[in-house]
Amino acid sequence: MDPSNAPGGDSGAVIATTGLSKSFRGFTAVDRVDLTVSEGDVHALVGPNGAGKTTLFNLLTGFLKPSAGQIRLGGRDITGSSPERIARLGVARSFQITNLFEQLTLQQHVELALMGTTKLGHRFWVSDRVLTRFRDRAGELLDEVGLARQRNVPAGTLAYGQKRALELALALALDPAVLLLDEPTAGMGMEDVERTVELVRRIRTNRTVVLVEHNMSVVAGLADRVTVLQFGRILTEGRYDEVRNDPRVIEAYLGGESAA
Amino acid sequence: MTALVFRKLGAMSRLWRLVAVLGGLLIALALPWLIYPPVAMDIVAWALFAVALDLLLGFTGLLSFGHAAFWGTAAYAAGTIAIKTGAPFPVAVAGAALVAMVLAVPIALLAVRRTGIYFAMVTLAFAQMVYYLANQWSSLTGGENGLQGIPKNLFGLDLSDPFYFYYAGLPIALIGLLIAWRVVHSPFGRVLVAIRENPARSRSLGFPVDRYKVMIFVISAGLSGLAGGLYAISHGFASLQEVYWTTSGKVVIMTVLGGIGTLWGSVIGAALIVQVEDYVATSGIHLGPLNITGPGLITGLIFVGVVLLFRRGVWGTIAHLVRSRRRGVPDVEPHLSGTPSVAEREPAVAPKS
Repeated sequence: MDPSNAPGGDSGAVIATTGLSKSFRGFTAVDRVDLTVSEGDVHALVGPNGAGKTTLFNLLTGFLKPSAGQIRLGGRDITGSSPERIARLGVARSFQITNLFEQLTLQQHVELALMGTTKLGHRFWVSDRVLTRFRDRAGELLDEVGLARQRNVPAGTLAYGQKRALELALALALDPAVLLLDEPTAGMGMEDVERTVELVRRIRTNRTVVLVEHNMSVVAGLADRVTVLQFGRILTEGRYDEVRNDPRVIEAYLGGESAA
Repeated sequence: MTALVFRKLGAMSRLWRLVAVLGGLLIALALPWLIYPPVAMDIVAWALFAVALDLLLGFTGLLSFGHAAFWGTAAYAAGTIAIKTGAPFPVAVAGAALVAMVLAVPIALLAVRRTGIYFAMVTLAFAQMVYYLANQWSSLTGGENGLQGIPKNLFGLDLSDPFYFYYAGLPIALIGLLIAWRVVHSPFGRVLVAIRENPARSRSLGFPVDRYKVMIFVISAGLSGLAGGLYAISHGFASLQEVYWTTSGKVVIMTVLGGIGTLWGSVIGAALIVQVEDYVATSGIHLGPLNITGPGLITGLIFVGVVLLFRRGVWGTIAHLVRSRRRGVPDVEPHLSGTPSVAEREPAVAPKS
C-alpha cells in the first residue's frame, strides 16, 4: 500500500481516490484503490489486461458508480457525479474502444466538443451557423492531430489510427485541466505513435494527464509517475525506472497474463 | 481546389433546397384545387404530426409509440377551448399545443430513463392511460360519442367551407414545420444527432443527454398538439380514435415510410398514407371473402413493401441517391439510440480467474 494520500490529501493532488472499489456481480474489478495524481504530472496506469485500468477510468469519469470509496477532484468530492458534470468540471477523456459519431464529419465532431464547453447546446431557436465561430479553432485542433485534410469526411470512413487521433482532438477541444487518455496509441503505426507522444508532450503544459498505455516506450518517454495495477489493486507506484525493475512487476507481466 | 469544389457543392445544395422549399410551398397552396379540400387539410395536419415524431425518431433516435396522447389530448383541448370560450381557432390550437406540452413533461421525465424498445413501451403505456381517461371522463370528452360541434371561429369569417378553412389552417401548420426545421438546424439539433449516434460519448463531451431528450420530447409533443388541435377544428369533432394506439402507430408508419431523419420524408409519408386511406375508403374496395375493408390492410402492405425495398423510406432513398452520386457518402443509416454504453460494455473485461 502506498500511504501517500492521508485523508485530506496534499494540496498538489488533482485526483485522489480513497478505498475506491467496483464489483460486478461478485467480481471485484477495482479493489480498494488509493490513487493520487499530482498536478502537472503525466501519470501512467499500467498493468496486465484485466487489471482494472479501464474500469478505474470509467469510475473517474462517472461512467460507472463506485461500489465503495471516494473520488476527489481538486479537493471536491465527485463520487457518483454524472459523466457530463465531471466533463464540465474540466476532466476530458479519450476512449479505448473508439467511440465516435460515425455520421458526423471531423469538423462537426470538433465543433460539437467545442460547443460542449459553452451554453450553446440548448439553443434550439438559433441557426447552427453560430457554430462557424468554432471553425478556426476546430481546424487548428484537427491540424494538431494531423487530420486537417480529412475535416469534411464522416468519421465512419477513417482508418483506426486516425480515429484514435480524432479522439485526442475531441478531448483537447474541451481544454481540460485533467486529460484521461485510454490507450491513445493503440492500433497506431510507428510514425503516428511518435506524433502522439510529441502531441501529449506539447499539451501537457498546464494540464494533468492520466494515461493508460501498454506501449512501454511511450510510458518511458512520457510518464512522471507510474502506477502498476494487478487484479484491481495497486501493485506498486513510482518513477518508471523504479517500477520497471520491481520484481513484482516483472512477475505480474511474465507470470500473469501476457501483456500483448 | 477541394475547397472550391465543396463551396460549389454547398451553393448547389442551397439552390436545390430553395427549389424544394418553393416547390413544396406551391404544392401546399395548390392542394385544395387538386384534391378534396378536407383531405388536403388532413394531409397537412398529419404531415406536421409526422414531422414532430421525426424530431424524436429520426433526429434523436427515440421511438415514441404513444404520440397519440399528445395529438388526441390536443384535439380535445382545442375543441373544449373553442366550444367553451368561442376563441378564434388559432388561439384554441395554440392552447391545445400548450396542454400537450404540459402533459409531455412528466411522461418525458419518466420515459427518457429508458432507451430502445423500453422507451417505446413506456410512452405506449402512458398513451393508453390517456385513452382510458378520455373514455371515462365523458363529461369533458363526450366519451364514445366524442366531442362534437367544435366551431371554426376566426373574427366572424365564415370558414364552414373546407376550401377556405384550408387556407386559414395552413399557416398554423407551416409555422409548426418552420419550428421543426429551425430546431433541426440549430446547435441544439446538432447535439440531438450526436445523442442519436452515441449517447455515452455525448455525455463525456459535457452534454446532459437526459435533459436534451426531455426538451426535444416536449417540443415534439407541442408540435403534435398543434397538429392534433388543427385536425380537430378542421373536422369539427374530436373522438377517442385520436387518442387510440392505432393513431400512434399510424404516425410512426408515415414517418418511417417517408424516411426518418429527413423532415421532408415525414411530409411525403403523411401525404401518401392519407391519400391511400381516403382512396380506399371512398372507392369501397373490399378485399377477399372476409370482407376486410381495406385502408389498414392496404397501407400495411405498402408499408411492408417500402420497408423491405427502401430501408431509408421514400424520401430518404431519393436523398441518399442524390447525395451519394455527388460524393462518396458512407453507407450508414439512422438508427435507434440504444447502443450499449461504455458502462454496459465494461464488465466484459475480466482477468483470467
